[in-house]
Amino acid sequence: MTIAPTPARTPRRRRRLAYTGGLALAGLVVAACGSDDDTSSTNNAETVDTTLDGGGLRIDEPWVKAADDGMTAAFGVFVNDGPDDIRIVDATTSSSPVMELHEVVVTDGQPAMREKDGGFVVPAGSEHLLEPGADHLMLMDVVEPILPGADVEFVLTLEDGATFEFTAQAKEFSGADEEYIPGEGGHGDDGHGGAPDDDHGSDEEEVHDDER
Amino acid sequence: MSVELRGVSRRGLLTAGVSGLAGVAVGAPITAAAESNTEPDLRAPFGTDVVPFHGAHQAGIDTPAQAFATFAAFDLLPEVDQGGLIRLMRLWTGNAERLTQGRPALADTDPELARQPARLTITVGVGPGFLAAAGLDDAPSWLRPLPEFGVDRLEETWSGGDLAVQVCSDDPVAISHAMRMLSKDARTFAEVRWVQRGFRHASGSTPAGATPRNLMGQLDGTSNGTPGTPEFDAQVWIRDGPDWLIGGTSLVLRRIRIELEEWDLVSRLGKEETIGRRLTDGAPLTGDDEHDEPDFDAVNDIGFTVIPDWSHIRRARPDDPGQRIFRRSYNYDEGPAPDGHARTGMVFASFQADVDAQFVPIQRRLDELDLLNTYTTPIGSAVFAVLPGCEPGGWLGEALLG
Repeated sequence: MTIAPTPARTPRRRRRLAYTGGLALAGLVVAACGSDDDTSSTNNAETVDTTLDGGGLRIDEPWVKAADDGMTAAFGVFVNDGPDDIRIVDATTSSSPVMELHEVVVTDGQPAMREKDGGFVVPAGSEHLLEPGADHLMLMDVVEPILPGADVEFVLTLEDGATFEFTAQAKEFSGADEEYIPGEGGHGDDGHGGAPDDDHGSDEEEVHDDER
Repeated sequence: MSVELRGVSRRGLLTAGVSGLAGVAVGAPITAAAESNTEPDLRAPFGTDVVPFHGAHQAGIDTPAQAFATFAAFDLLPEVDQGGLIRLMRLWTGNAERLTQGRPALADTDPELARQPARLTITVGVGPGFLAAAGLDDAPSWLRPLPEFGVDRLEETWSGGDLAVQVCSDDPVAISHAMRMLSKDARTFAEVRWVQRGFRHASGSTPAGATPRNLMGQLDGTSNGTPGTPEFDAQVWIRDGPDWLIGGTSLVLRRIRIELEEWDLVSRLGKEETIGRRLTDGAPLTGDDEHDEPDFDAVNDIGFTVIPDWSHIRRARPDDPGQRIFRRSYNYDEGPAPDGHARTGMVFASFQADVDAQFVPIQRRLDELDLLNTYTTPIGSAVFAVLPGCEPGGWLGEALLG
């Protein structure tokens, strides 16, 4: 894999999505999310960026695994309060010149990660979970150490070109290392090249909307 | 206290219908709406109770004492500088504001363990080494080891520290998980210096607000101040001092071994005269009720004071009303030694606005004369500046480091 310095890969076009339909449903979703995260809006101001650049999109409990160099990943829970599915197609951060949207699949009994075809879809009125061992935002080449407790800023690009920014706190995390090993060396190309549309396609996104 | 919504699944919400939604909107308990008449009430009596984290003062000081406590002190690694301290304090604040509210820590590997905080509080204090690491010299004069007292038999393993945390809850599982999250995040910055665990009566075992018994059988804490009163506020919260400590307080933590084998040799009357109070109900030897004011001038038939001059409450009682401390102590019990002798004591914790003006004069009087000294031995001692609280979006220590 070659690491090329990344010029701004994403147009920083900002816009707000507005909708009027489905208010009752949206209200329900907000209330239901509140059952788990009713304190996050007041308690987490420093870690949860609820910018509306992505329409109804927000991310709860974002964090990134601290790393001195090499690869690491960011996690959190995308929540879509809007009436339409939201597709995240790209991610950037100043901490790594290259980022990819990854999934983890089991190949020959071993978990391996690869770029996810079509990115992440956050279904309307639902959530999409990023966690170790599953979908994650991959930082391919950490350029300067991401220290525990530090803030890392990310910019996501949505399918329609809108962007969504958030800040994640770095946490020392010893788990999920198995993901990184099989992917090292040519992992990127290998991943998408050999991944035709299969049951990991976006339409079959598992939706962690219950029992989280 | 807290409205319990955590156990409710989204499916439950969807089936709750209009009344259930209305319940959500006004914050009423919706479990009943969703499950009335069909399911037994499975809610735990106090597991999901929460104590607010944010505020001018940290919780865990004026909070009615929880049943269990763990105190831990840390030594900062030599390379940790102000930037490192900021990152550590932001990590700890993030842990505290989540875990105390019954929410998993960020990147919590065992999130289910966070769901029963049972009034979990996490309270952070700093020692002199913390300010030194930050390159600051804005420490209050009392932030140093206590003067040596004659009764002390201090052990280094129970003394000092650059940084301390007090974790309290009515459920020891919540404390264990919180300590795990805090110490895991601290590993990059510090080493654990000591850990002291303590307990009181279990939640619900005695009436709310009742004075607890220590392991000498005494009611301990009768004359403590009452949180929320002006007297308490003046006693505990720092109003004059470095800016970064306004709204904070000081913690004196003393590990006090109880010589239970010696105590066993004392008659019941002797025990009561040692403390100056009755064992049954804690009433002063001159009174009928626990909260009666002791009459230190009352004399018996042969002219001796009823409450002996060398009794603990006589010696501890200040002449100066400014010399009061707020005690929030816990028992410890390391189990009997191989010879069957007790290894019990007290994790004595007191909060006061000024250690030198409040704690030290009391301890000097007790050091000079207090019959209780025969049966108790301080084996650990530490002083910490307890940071003020923080508001949402802020972090503990921001006024010091930010």
